[in-house]
Parts: sequence; structure tokens; C-alpha cells
Amino acid sequence: MAHEDNSKEKIVFVGDSRVRRGNGFVPPPDYSAYPGKSEAFIPNFLLKEWMVGVVVLVGILVLTISEPAPLGFPANPGATVIPVPDWYFLFLYQYLKLPYASGDYIVLGTMGVTGVAFGSLLLAPFLDTGRERRFYRRPIASSLMFLSLASIVYLTNSAWTEYKHEMAATGQVPEDVQREEKAAENRAKGLPTSSAVQAKEVVIVDKEDPAMAAYQKAGCVACHAADMKGAAGPSLRGVGDKHDKAGIITIIKEGYNNKMPPMYDTAINAGLTDKDIDHLAEWLAKQKTEQ
Amino acid sequence: MFKNVYNWIDERLDITPIWRDVADHEVPEHVNPAHHFSAFVYCFGGLTFFITVIQILSGMFLTMYYVPDIINAYASVEYLQTKVAFGQIVRGMHHWGASLVIVMMFLHTMRVFFTGSYKAPREMNWVVGMLIFFVMLGLGLTGYLLPWDNKSYFATKVTLEIANSTPVLGPVLKELMQGGSIVGAETLTRFFALHVFFLPAVLLILLVGHFIMIRRQGISGPL
Repeated sequence: MAHEDNSKEKIVFVGDSRVRRGNGFVPPPDYSAYPGKSEAFIPNFLLKEWMVGVVVLVGILVLTISEPAPLGFPANPGATVIPVPDWYFLFLYQYLKLPYASGDYIVLGTMGVTGVAFGSLLLAPFLDTGRERRFYRRPIASSLMFLSLASIVYLTNSAWTEYKHEMAATGQVPEDVQREEKAAENRAKGLPTSSAVQAKEVVIVDKEDPAMAAYQKAGCVACHAADMKGAAGPSLRGVGDKHDKAGIITIIKEGYNNKMPPMYDTAINAGLTDKDIDHLAEWLAKQKTEQ
Repeated sequence: MFKNVYNWIDERLDITPIWRDVADHEVPEHVNPAHHFSAFVYCFGGLTFFITVIQILSGMFLTMYYVPDIINAYASVEYLQTKVAFGQIVRGMHHWGASLVIVMMFLHTMRVFFTGSYKAPREMNWVVGMLIFFVMLGLGLTGYLLPWDNKSYFATKVTLEIANSTPVLGPVLKELMQGGSIVGAETLTRFFALHVFFLPAVLLILLVGHFIMIRRQGISGPL
């Protein structure tokens, strides 16, 4: 990104911006080009930055070891939980609860004040166009910023105090604390410590029944799989919840919704008797999720 | 050996100016805490970047275990937190780093504001910096849902209600983020995609712009 010497542009930067563009030849930046005690970025200053980085990294590690990241219980839409955003959104959250920023005035809250505040922050250089840089010589910009900072501190504090009060009033304990305690209790008893919801597998009822062999023999396995969990066809585990014995016999004889062909003849050809099929249907009707 | 390899590449691609531009610049006295201790306020921008790098690295490791679906998301985070070796540390770094990066970025913004460094000719860099700030807040918002515990679920519901209250665009915005009419499976995958692909991509582009501008313009002079 070298700048050309013969540039006619109004503003020309030469390394450190304090160096004005002189007339004629501008020497390339090196140590001697700068007044004061400037330093080379590599290696001198980078070494100092690296040291600061190491100190910060150690700080973060100490924090992560002493305060593990919180985790509550799995999301459950039916739970009664006081919603609270991450701490840096608390001020906005609290602000949108104010009477003139909520309810009928919610547009004023979200678009009006918030929009103007963040919009003017985004466009600050185009609103505060004076050449003066010192903050005490820019009373309007600075006082608006101080006012915003004060309100952010106030709103964050009142949001947090309110949340604490609500928790105390309803006798709730933060869920991450509850989970820790529950896990510690279970650990002491030698039980599993997980709070995750375990997916229940539907089991095959009466797996030893001769109907299981008939199921294999009749060719049902081709679509419903040997473990009855389904392949081209749907799972038959828990099929008893949907169809009774008579319904299942009808399905075997006539097919189902044009998706499953009639299987009666196939079953007879495979060597099953009417009695076997009747028993198979009876057994399938017993396949219920809950016993 | 290395020199020969370097020269071979340099002859063809002329790479020297690229790294010299990054490496060969002077750090002026007024931003160097070794000369004036009060100049530590100039550290916050660099620290923001440092913690952003930590966030990217720890986040990459978290995705090795995280499963973005509503049945397994919580279980995978819990497994990561309690069973995986150093999983608690990596998740802790990502969790606390998310807060710290906001703190550092806030302090950096305040330094730039109160030293008037956003003034001409650096207006564009300020605007890009503010966009980085908003993207970071977006990353915090989307990442908050991912553990899929009650706290994140109910906070996200509130957030989406607030988005819904925006005039005209609100309902569309809410449905777009929510991916349907309820906070559910689709919301989680959308927030995951935003948190892991969309927002980091935007963030990296903005950061490159931020750094190119600071190299081109140099750091603002002393007050």
C-alpha cells in the first residue's frame, strides 16, 4: 500500500499520521523520520503486545477454571422461568419495559429512541464534524455520550436488581445452580448425572412369540426391516397404538393407502396359514408404546 | 534453504510489500504504555482482536461436539461440559470470552470516541467499527440460544417478541429468524447457521476493512 510521491490528493498519509507531507521528496518512513520515542512494530512493540496478550489469556483461563460456564435444564416450553437476556442486553431489555417504550408506545421504544441512539452512534463522525478532538472542547457530543453511559449503567443495574427480586419473590433458584446440585446428589448416590432428556426407544412386545418368525417369513421384513424399525415402509414398533387386530388383517389383505400392496397372497405363498396370519395380526396389535 | 524458497516465491509474486506493510511501521510514542502509562487505553482494540481470535478457535473446537438439533443440542453441550477432556475449559473460554469481547470492544469504542479519533479523515473506519460492534452483538444473541436450556429458550422468545414489535417489517423479521411460527427446531438451526457461518463471515470481512484502513491512515495523532 505504498503511496506515490506525486499524489495530488488533499490528504496524504505517510506512516504515522503526525508526519505532514512535506514539499518535494518524502523519505520512506524509518526510525529517523519520527520525532519522539517511536518504536518499530516488529519486533519491539509486538513483544510488549505479546506480553499483554499472555497476561490476558492467563486471566481468562483463571476465570474459566474458577467459574465454569453455566448450563441449566433442557429447554421446556412448559417451564416457568423468568426470562433474562445476556448481561450486555439488560439495559435494552429494561428500557423496553418503561411505560413510554412498551405497550402502545413500543414503536417509540424500538425504533424511536433506540434507533436514534444507535443510528447517531453509527453516524457520529458525520454529526460531530468539528476539527476539535479533545472531549472537553466538544461539550455536546461528550455530554450526550456521558448521558447515554449513565443511563446504560442505571438501566442495567435496575434490570438486574429487578430480576434478583423476582427470583427471590417466587423462590426460584437459577437453573444452572439447581443442575449442579442435582448432579452432585446423583454422583454421591452413584446415579447418572445427566439432565438431558433421554429419547425412549419403543421396544418390541413379546419378541419370543412365534409371530416374530412369521413376520420374518411372510416378507414383511422387506419394507419394515428385521428390527421392525421400518425401511421403505414405516416402523411397526408401537403400531398397536394406531391399528387394532381387525384393522391390521384388512391392511394385510388389501394394502394400505396405495403405499403398501396387499401382502396376503405373498404370505400364503411363503408358507403361512390363515391361522398364522391371524396370530401375526393379533401380535402386531399388541405392539403398543406404553404397556 | 528458506531464503531460496522465499526468493523463488518473491520473484514470482512480489510478496515482500505485503508483509512489509504490516510489519514495518512505527508505533508512535503517545500510544505506547512504556512511555506514558495512560496510553494503556490504546490496548483495547488489540485486545478485542485477541479475544476474537480466542472466540474463533474455541468455537471451532466446540463445533466438533455440538449438535444443532433440539433433541441433541442440550445433551451434546452437557456431554462437552461434563465428560470431554478440557471441554469445560474450552466452553468456558467461549462463554467468558463472549462477555469479555463486548467489554473490550466497548472500552475501545469509548477510547476512540473520547479522543475524537473518529474525526476526518477516519469517518469510514468508525462506521466499519460500529458495524463490527453490531455484528458482535448479533453473535452474542444467536450464540445464547445454542445450549438450548431454559434460560436461552425463554430469552430468545422475548428477543423475537421484541423483533416482532418492529413496525411493518416486524412479523416478517420474526418469522425469518424463527423459521416458522414457534421457537423450535428450525429456530435453533437458523441461529446456529447465523452464529457459525453468516455472522463470522461478515465479521471477518469487516475486520479486514478495519485493519486495512488503520494501516493506510495510521493511528490518530496525540491530542
